[in-house]
Amino acid sequence: MKQVIRTALIIIWLFGIATAGFCVDTQSAHALDEKQRLDFTLAVPQQAAAVSYLGLGGLERFSLGQIQAKVVIIEVFSMYCPICQREASDVNALYELIVSDPSLNEAVKLIGIGAGNSEFEVEFFKDKYDIPFPLFSDSDFSLHKQIGEVRTPHFFGLVIDDKQSFTVFYSQSGEVGDPRAFLDNLLKQSGVM
Amino acid sequence: MKRDNQLFSGFVGAALMVVVVIAGLWTASPVSASSNAFGDKIFNPGQLKPIDSELKVAVGQIAPDFTLPSLGGTNVSLSLFKGKKNVMLTFIPAAWTPVCSDQWPGYNIAKELFDRYDTEVIGISVDNRPTLHAWTQEMGELWFNVLSDFWPHGQVSHTYGVLRSDGTAERAIFIIDKKGVIRFIHVEDINVRPDLGLLIRELQKLSD
Repeated sequence: MKQVIRTALIIIWLFGIATAGFCVDTQSAHALDEKQRLDFTLAVPQQAAAVSYLGLGGLERFSLGQIQAKVVIIEVFSMYCPICQREASDVNALYELIVSDPSLNEAVKLIGIGAGNSEFEVEFFKDKYDIPFPLFSDSDFSLHKQIGEVRTPHFFGLVIDDKQSFTVFYSQSGEVGDPRAFLDNLLKQSGVM
Repeated sequence: MKRDNQLFSGFVGAALMVVVVIAGLWTASPVSASSNAFGDKIFNPGQLKPIDSELKVAVGQIAPDFTLPSLGGTNVSLSLFKGKKNVMLTFIPAAWTPVCSDQWPGYNIAKELFDRYDTEVIGISVDNRPTLHAWTQEMGELWFNVLSDFWPHGQVSHTYGVLRSDGTAERAIFIIDKKGVIRFIHVEDINVRPDLGLLIRELQKLSD
């Protein structure tokens, strides 16, 4: 009888693991909510300019919290996404607005995550559109799942908190539109600039 | 006692099946990031059987010739390119579905890569021309030919062995050299987009 109970408990435990996983995945089918803490690790880019831009000297991998900034903007893109292609120059203009303003250059950083894009595809997209900010490959969609399986393009604004972690304060699906208006709106909502 | 054991065995079997099914659902989540370009117009068929056909051609064989109507209104034959250009046939399962809708737009910005290896890209779908017209309009203007393998339904897909049992096609790539010989075949899991890097590396081999 004891063996029966023990086996039944093991099955219930396995069932719990399976259903818990399923529920997590179901929830991730929605974009991250604002005020949600976000962190994940990425390989440090090979380009020295990108390492310097993010303040990541001497590391092989880094977590978001290690980026030297008060605000981080993440563009979730794909080289296969027509809007991302069409809007690449506008996102580049957004980057130029940030780095050309001395009050923003050190405090606001912009990165891109290529959802389902291999290293080859990310590099091709970067070269094709002369993208000056760091782009990262997410070939197995692992980050894409973590941030809610959003459509591309999608923009997240993250602000650093008192525990040196980043919290989502801005989430926008679709075009960046006018880069100046986008940046002003995002900075206003960040509450730190 | 024997009956108790039988009941318990049945319970264990049923519970394990539930665990396996739920775990399968968990791991079988879609592997695509749909573009906002298509809004809510994309029909999601869910996770599909990865491959549902059997190839009828092989690397080293002469690629079977075909003639299909293009979106531009002309008929296009594979033999038109023999002796002139390499050809990459890209079969997609169906218009207005995930992954497919985010595959050709990538080739559309990579013309210089295909030009570098003297390659003509030909998209083939079992959809009819009106459907393909509406769908490709959402991608912007495609520089490569898109051919309709609608009628007789899926005949070319069938000839190459990539017609699935539900009448859609596999997500398949065939690279054919200037002599008309098949040099590379890749039938991808229908739920996954093939890496552009893989295709370009194969094209590079043709010029080595």
